[in-house]
Amino acid sequence: MGSRLPQMLKDAGLTAFVGAALGIFIVGFRTVDVGRGLTFDYHLVDLAVAVVVIFLGRLGLSMAANGLRWPAIALGAVMIAAGASPMQLPSGFLHWFVALGGVLLVIRAIWPWANEAVTEASRTPSGQAISRAGAKWFGWMLLAAAVLLPFSPFADQKTMDLGVLILTYVMLGWGLNIVVGLAGLLDLGYVAFYAVGAYSYALLSTQHGLGFWSVLPLAGMMAALFGVLLGFPVLRLRGDYLAIVTLGFGEIIRLILLNWFDLTNGPAGIGSIPGPTLFGAVFAETAPAGKQTVSEMLGIPFDGNHRLIFLYYIILVLALITNLFTQRMRRLPVGRAWEALREDETACRALGINPTNTKLTAFAIGAMFAGFAGSFFAAKQRFISPESFVFIESAIILAIVVLGGMGSQIGVVLAAVLLIGLPEWFRDLGNYRMLAFGLAMVLIMVFRPRGLVAHREPSIRLHPAGSGGSG
Amino acid sequence: MAYFTQQLINAITLGAIYGLIAIGYTMVYGIIGMINFAHGEVFMIGAFISLIGFMICSMLGIGSAPVAILLVLLLAMAFSAVYGWSIERTAYRPLRGSFRLAPLISAIGVSIALQNYVQLAQGARPKPGGQIVSGGFTLFADDGFDVRVTWLQIIIVVVTIVLMAGFTWLISRTSLGRQQRACEQDMKMASLLGVNVDRTISLTFVLGAALAAVAGMLFLMYYGVVDFFIGFLAGIKAFTAAVLGGIGSLPGAMLGGLLIGLIEVFWAGYFSSEYKDVAAFAILVLVLIFRPTGLLGKPEIEKV
Repeated sequence: MGSRLPQMLKDAGLTAFVGAALGIFIVGFRTVDVGRGLTFDYHLVDLAVAVVVIFLGRLGLSMAANGLRWPAIALGAVMIAAGASPMQLPSGFLHWFVALGGVLLVIRAIWPWANEAVTEASRTPSGQAISRAGAKWFGWMLLAAAVLLPFSPFADQKTMDLGVLILTYVMLGWGLNIVVGLAGLLDLGYVAFYAVGAYSYALLSTQHGLGFWSVLPLAGMMAALFGVLLGFPVLRLRGDYLAIVTLGFGEIIRLILLNWFDLTNGPAGIGSIPGPTLFGAVFAETAPAGKQTVSEMLGIPFDGNHRLIFLYYIILVLALITNLFTQRMRRLPVGRAWEALREDETACRALGINPTNTKLTAFAIGAMFAGFAGSFFAAKQRFISPESFVFIESAIILAIVVLGGMGSQIGVVLAAVLLIGLPEWFRDLGNYRMLAFGLAMVLIMVFRPRGLVAHREPSIRLHPAGSGGSG
Repeated sequence: MAYFTQQLINAITLGAIYGLIAIGYTMVYGIIGMINFAHGEVFMIGAFISLIGFMICSMLGIGSAPVAILLVLLLAMAFSAVYGWSIERTAYRPLRGSFRLAPLISAIGVSIALQNYVQLAQGARPKPGGQIVSGGFTLFADDGFDVRVTWLQIIIVVVTIVLMAGFTWLISRTSLGRQQRACEQDMKMASLLGVNVDRTISLTFVLGAALAAVAGMLFLMYYGVVDFFIGFLAGIKAFTAAVLGGIGSLPGAMLGGLLIGLIEVFWAGYFSSEYKDVAAFAILVLVLIFRPTGLLGKPEIEKV
């Protein structure tokens, strides 16, 4: 063991050197506006601390990799303690940096043990029974929790808002899952269809006075139409070309929304969009002329939360429809063709499947669900502008699908809770949130490229599960 | 005529910058077949390092513009190359041999992370770069419209041509270039014949990042302002240029860069400047539909 130490030190030193080279200009010299020019605000001490942390972290990681678990855990514990201590560091961020580095190190060091313990436990008969039951009932339990959430004691406004937000992303994730997970087409411009749905509802409701429920199918159809229009020429392209074309298309839609003043009001956006109604009754304290409020109709006292709960159930139902639709589609010939196409396009062609048409249906259906979600978004926000439909949204939705494990429906839910719920909880982190988001995307790809729920239920089995069929 | 000439001069300048970025895309795609989505961010970081480098030069009292430009050029190339190397090492290399979309998604993550990293470290406001080279001369005047060429435009074009020549020499004449081309043709065979594939791929990223940093410096000098978001649009346009010229082809990248510069400047000059980015994206879509191999690209043979 001792003979490896110089090697490890050298490796850690090199890593620290690279870290210093990366940080020296961007972190070390912060440019600050002074009048019309710029001056420096030096952060070289921050950089030095960060480089030391990188050195220790790398050293600990190679220790853990070489079987020296206890020294690695000790090092991690020291780093956590240093981060949590009231020691004078130049910035609050560095405290976090040191402590998080320690946490990661400890996790890395105990990972093999934890992994072993879990594998061990899942081999015992009771462990197997639990995991089988868990896999079967987990989705239903989540569903029950989602349905009951508004009645639970901690359903305050913040929680409900977050619930609506997470469910919107779950729905978008499920919609995109059809395109990316099932048909294997990488779509980086999915938010464009979301925008089409949102603007369809916003324009039709504010200019033509149509209600949410009548526009909802129209918005979906409109988005699907855009999907077909875009998809028809480009779906012959190979994977990553398709990704870039869809990205370009997403940007084109956003730029048009931004610049077509007469229709979309440009960057100022469209405001005072009416919310969804319940059998014609509106959610408001006082109804506009000729309308009824929900509290009048049901004879209950007015509560601002009712609107939120109603929105929550709308998006829950919409999301469940998306899920159910996908599950059923997978059993139809076209759904099977999607999955076959993802696995081997050449073989599909040889079997007489028309790849362009098959991809087109996936593209259009995925777009349609984005259109639904978009018009819900417009009805919920009551104000939309091109700001809401930037590329990063597409990237987030894609990250949800990929992180969840492409094609896994339950994985999308877990990933949406993780990627949307956790960062919302830590709103105060501000820009660090997106930094962590990007890094998380990389780390997940590196360590779990198949996503959180890597297992995918086969859409067809030769022998029903558990009937003794081989394979 | 005068207006046209002026637009042409501006377009060539812009096209040179796009071409330099496009080379990074085309080389990486050529060798490992992935779209290095984070390349635009390396360009942005190159621009920031140049900005800081110029400020340091003026603090150290280096008054002569050519010396300052040369120093900053080397500085930006060297330190951006470290970024290119680190990105490949940490985010792409572990994914080699993983499923097709994994590196692209990882690259999107790198891109988001780098943007926010620079925003956190340097602030979100656009940074004015000041004027390093000023002045120019009037080429000719026509109908009271002066066609002007600035010294800066000449510097941009000359730097680009010199680098392109050097780069072409590197790829076609040196052993490094031979290894690079060998890996591009058949990675497994190259490694059997003793080419260090990992090292070659790393060097490809280093070279691409260095050229992107030059583009970043030229961008800073030309527009005089940088912010953390410039990498996204410039990256997409440079990628369009690489596709337009035929991805994998070095002269194609340069040609594509020039064409994108021409399209963008003429569209803004004659139609509307709001939709100039739409024009660039529309070109990308059209090229991919009608000529997916680009202008100078080789058709791809699909093997079963």
